[in-house]
Amino acid sequence: MQTPAPCDYERATSVEGALAALVEHGPSARLIAGGHSLLPMMKLRLATPEHLIDINDLDELAYIDRQGDEIRIGAMTRHVDLLRSELLAEHFPLFADAEEVIADPVVRNRGTIGGSLCQADPGEDLSAVCSAIKAEVVIRGGEGERVVSMDDFHVGPYVTAVAADEMLTEVRVKVRPGAGSAHEKVERRAGDFAIAASSAAVWITGGTVADVGVALAAAGPFTIDVARVGELMRGKAPSEELFEGAGEVAAEDCMPMADTRGPVDYKRHLVGVLTKRALRRATERALEQEA
Amino acid sequence: MATTVEQLPSPDQERPIGFGRLRRKEDARFIRGKGTYLDDIRLPGMLHGAILRSPFAHAKINSIDTSKALALEGVAAVVTAKDLETLGLAWMPTISYDTQAVLAGDKVRFQGQEVAFVIATDEYIARDALPLIEVDYEPLPVVVDARKALDPDAPLIRDDKPGQVDNLATPTWEAGDEEATERAFAEADVVVTRDIMYPRCHPSPMETCGMIADFNPKTGQLDLYNGNQAPHVHRTVYAHVAGLPEHMIRIMCNDIGGGFGNKVPVYPGYVCTIAASIVAGAPVKWIEDRSEHLTSTGFARDYIMHSSIAAKDGRITGLQVDVIADHGAWDSTAQPTKFPAGFFHICCGSYTLDAAHVKVKAVYTNKAAGGVAYRCSFRITEAVYLVERMVEALALEMGVDPIELRMRSFIGPEQFPYETTTGWTYDSGNYAETMKVAMEIAGYEELRREQAEKKARGELMGIGISFFTEGVGAGPRKHMDILGMSMNDGADLRLHPSGKAVVSISAQTQGQGHETTFAQIVAEELGIPPEDIEVRHGDTDKSPYGLGTYGSRSTPVSGAAVSLVSRKVRDKARLIAATMLETRPEDLAWEKGRWYVKGDPEQGATIEDIALRAYSGEELPAGMEGGLDAQIVYDPPNLTYPYGAYICVVDIDPETAQVTVRRFIAVDDCGVRINPMIVDGQIHGGLAEGIGIALMELISFDSEGNCLNSSFMDYLIPTAMECPEFELGMTVTPCPHHPLGAKGVGESPNVGSPPAIVNAVIDALRQGYPDVTHIDMPCTPDRVWATMQGRPEPPQ
Amino acid sequence: MQVTITINGEEVTREIEPRMLLVHFIRETPGLTGTHWGCDTSNCGACIVHVDGEAVKSCTMLAAMADGREVRTVEGLERDGRLDPIQEGFHEKHALHCGFCTPGMMMASRALLDENPDPTDEEIRTAISGGICRCTGYQNIVAAVRWAADQEAAIKQEA
Repeated sequence: MQTPAPCDYERATSVEGALAALVEHGPSARLIAGGHSLLPMMKLRLATPEHLIDINDLDELAYIDRQGDEIRIGAMTRHVDLLRSELLAEHFPLFADAEEVIADPVVRNRGTIGGSLCQADPGEDLSAVCSAIKAEVVIRGGEGERVVSMDDFHVGPYVTAVAADEMLTEVRVKVRPGAGSAHEKVERRAGDFAIAASSAAVWITGGTVADVGVALAAAGPFTIDVARVGELMRGKAPSEELFEGAGEVAAEDCMPMADTRGPVDYKRHLVGVLTKRALRRATERALEQEA
Repeated sequence: MATTVEQLPSPDQERPIGFGRLRRKEDARFIRGKGTYLDDIRLPGMLHGAILRSPFAHAKINSIDTSKALALEGVAAVVTAKDLETLGLAWMPTISYDTQAVLAGDKVRFQGQEVAFVIATDEYIARDALPLIEVDYEPLPVVVDARKALDPDAPLIRDDKPGQVDNLATPTWEAGDEEATERAFAEADVVVTRDIMYPRCHPSPMETCGMIADFNPKTGQLDLYNGNQAPHVHRTVYAHVAGLPEHMIRIMCNDIGGGFGNKVPVYPGYVCTIAASIVAGAPVKWIEDRSEHLTSTGFARDYIMHSSIAAKDGRITGLQVDVIADHGAWDSTAQPTKFPAGFFHICCGSYTLDAAHVKVKAVYTNKAAGGVAYRCSFRITEAVYLVERMVEALALEMGVDPIELRMRSFIGPEQFPYETTTGWTYDSGNYAETMKVAMEIAGYEELRREQAEKKARGELMGIGISFFTEGVGAGPRKHMDILGMSMNDGADLRLHPSGKAVVSISAQTQGQGHETTFAQIVAEELGIPPEDIEVRHGDTDKSPYGLGTYGSRSTPVSGAAVSLVSRKVRDKARLIAATMLETRPEDLAWEKGRWYVKGDPEQGATIEDIALRAYSGEELPAGMEGGLDAQIVYDPPNLTYPYGAYICVVDIDPETAQVTVRRFIAVDDCGVRINPMIVDGQIHGGLAEGIGIALMELISFDSEGNCLNSSFMDYLIPTAMECPEFELGMTVTPCPHHPLGAKGVGESPNVGSPPAIVNAVIDALRQGYPDVTHIDMPCTPDRVWATMQGRPEPPQ
Repeated sequence: MQVTITINGEEVTREIEPRMLLVHFIRETPGLTGTHWGCDTSNCGACIVHVDGEAVKSCTMLAAMADGREVRTVEGLERDGRLDPIQEGFHEKHALHCGFCTPGMMMASRALLDENPDPTDEEIRTAISGGICRCTGYQNIVAAVRWAADQEAAIKQEA
């Protein structure tokens, strides 16, 4: 079978230790968490880090907690825990929607939210999820912590705001009233990356849309935050017509590329359908909460 | 033997002596993780091989520099075409009398072609060395589309072959009567024409291909560990290719993690491994990774078919087919020598056609070679797919229910043995009966009502039919051979003095359960409990010569051999029993496990008593040798012709175009079922593969010849989530010429299911898009959606 | 580097290259070749083992990452000469043909029942969806896991 190129290995016992190791070994060092993106790339020798820093022992980064009006998710939280979290199910059910269709249960035992976000694969679901719910991420380095929006976090395809000597430690989401969210994905087969996926979150107060977020996976060279949906929907009463319109906007604003999963026109079409469906379901959930 | 349906034990009967549901003997090791697959074997001092493959689909090789790779610590040698030339091993024959490069010397002809073979002390180091080999390639124009392979400006792929001036791989091959077919079409009421593609897919068993070669320079003995489907033929090939004495070569297959036709051919990696062991004087192991497997070993199908079908007076009367077969860079398709398009001319299907005519033209392209039978008997899958799609198209054109048209055109039970217009003699069948059983299980009328209701609500539900007849169990030596070897199988049965038995067979299991089924055959014939019968196979030193396991031939050929060799033993036992009972052989009658005196059933001898007597010092019939053994080589008088009626129900999401197989009904008639549990298991597995082929499995290439499906990330195989709970039924029409009345079954579900699924997809699409008449596989969401938009284009 | 992994209750220590995959460690050092590999991309599931009680694809974990952890492989299913109900179920229900995917399928199924002793067919299908079987069409694997679940429920009731 395919095998990785030679590398060194150390196991971090603290975030500070991991950061120090990153500094010590420079850009040829990589953090390894679940390993389900990095190791296959190492086996293909598309990634050849010289030094691996294993952060799987950093239990301090594995949590899903509520602190005040925020839900905080540690970077080492595994997919399986996102899937099963009651706290997330209550406030952001789109996590469970997405996790049910991310890879397979065995992979979900290992993969982490931090790893998924930092891989910044445009086809990856959690980046869209976090963008739609307007999450922020905490990045820690030698100098301390900084908090950045998902928009600032995604710098480009496979590139994030996390510098070579930094690590992502936490995802934060504000809990606001009237929230509903959903994630819709079409894949070629169970466990596959999306042909296209759409994450939607709405916040409804007094029967009108106070805020909305829509983000797309596998619909362009990076995760696409469809800002125009906000302009369209804010202040209006949710309706099938509005969802349809939002779908059209998303289909216009996405930038899909043709590949083995399908041609551009089909992906655009899917983005429209999935955005409409995600918004419809998110709204139903928001209204259920309200009722 | 007069095996009738009534005599068959129920499928639930436990621990039968003979036929019936028997849990598998081989499971004991597998469920404990104690199987012995190739990579589980480690020999002392073993070196590891790895292959450098071409990144280009077509390129001249100017030079290969191995010096940096050789300098890497742990690398023992790097073998290139130059080294092989000195051993006379640079080229080797394919199983279709073509030649193929073992390692590329002059140029590479497909992406993934073998260029150099590294030998190192461990697998990791061998792979480290690959990028250190420097190859200077000069890219050449490529031919990817088989339809353009014969264009005058197409680059010549096989310039290695003297006299080859174009990319024609084999001369056009024909079957049937062209004039009669033209007449049938001239007289027809309705004619429908379609372009139908059976795209390239890949059997991709879970264990990839590989070999351990262990050459002993002192004795000249060459031991080969290699999971393949035809060890005896492989040994003959190695003897011819390498000039090694055949009796000094031993192939041991051990356990094989699936084959599905992919492990029939001899691959260049095997020859490299053998050469490496001879050169290094040490055992060498080479096992390909999944990408190597998908990009270089035998693919399946890749048939581009243009066909017309005719009807007169409401019945199918004629079929005409023109095929371009894409063989890739070498012609290494797996078929009997006299059948360059395999059994494709069985495409007359299950119907009484007045005439049919088939033309097949094979071309070279800059793609991996293959055309192996992916759970299929030599192109029958393509044939069945074609005819069942064409019949569906005809029914559509005629406005007739697709089952009704089939019923009108079926060969009647009274017409067997039935000679088809393309030269097959179907042995037995009652097609209408089997179709009715399938309709009953499906609740066909109710399904059509449900479909109409759903249509009214804008939902897309489809019902697809296929009815197949196959010819399996190749084959009679007067018609069939592979590389000159007759397609017969041997069996060798030894009864020990205690009444326990060892039966050695030439068929080789890759999961089909031979160790159980073949023990059951001996048990049925001799009345010994199956647990007292050991089945030996897959070791050329311990089994008789035969052609192996593929094309559902194990039960039809090897199974018949085991049955007949058991009867030989039984006949000898009768003579011994007569001596023991002091009577004449003709006064004895047989019941399972015992000869007894007619008219005095208390007087008898069990097979165990007889076995002991055969080896004892006591008296035997005059002139008889001691022991209770027998040997046989079985030459089947004809193929066996299993058939089946399949009904598939799909739902299509009208917005996303995703197809879900909701129900699948499979009614198979494979004659007498030796172990119904194993038969059902085979059907389940083949149906899952059929779902894969119809919905997702595809090997495709870009215009540069880069393979786009070179890992399990992109070569999609169904998981448990895409497969429904299959609904099986059966009818049993014993094969008249097989000693057990059995026919083959392994491939039937793979052969029969794709057309049912595609017909269902088209039927579903027509509920909302009445202009849709065609879609090619795989029915992926994007391709189904394109069909909704009026663009049903074939895959690349 | 030196690693120590407890495999089926036995400590195994070996000097390895840090890049060594866990699947190779398991297969080579104690020679437990029941754990297979069938792809390079974490898709096929032939290599599934339990690490600290959780189903994991051992081709996508370095042996170094398992240092100090507990691994259970297919060879560790049978205990004191008694087959695990999952193993019995696979035999009873003809849930294996070539046997190559079987260890991974059984380890994924065992992990499911450890967590959810009474799964629905749909839950079983989901649990084994990280593995590919080319032979069985999955139907009998689902039946086998169901059989094992029923068996274990019956044993519990008796106790």
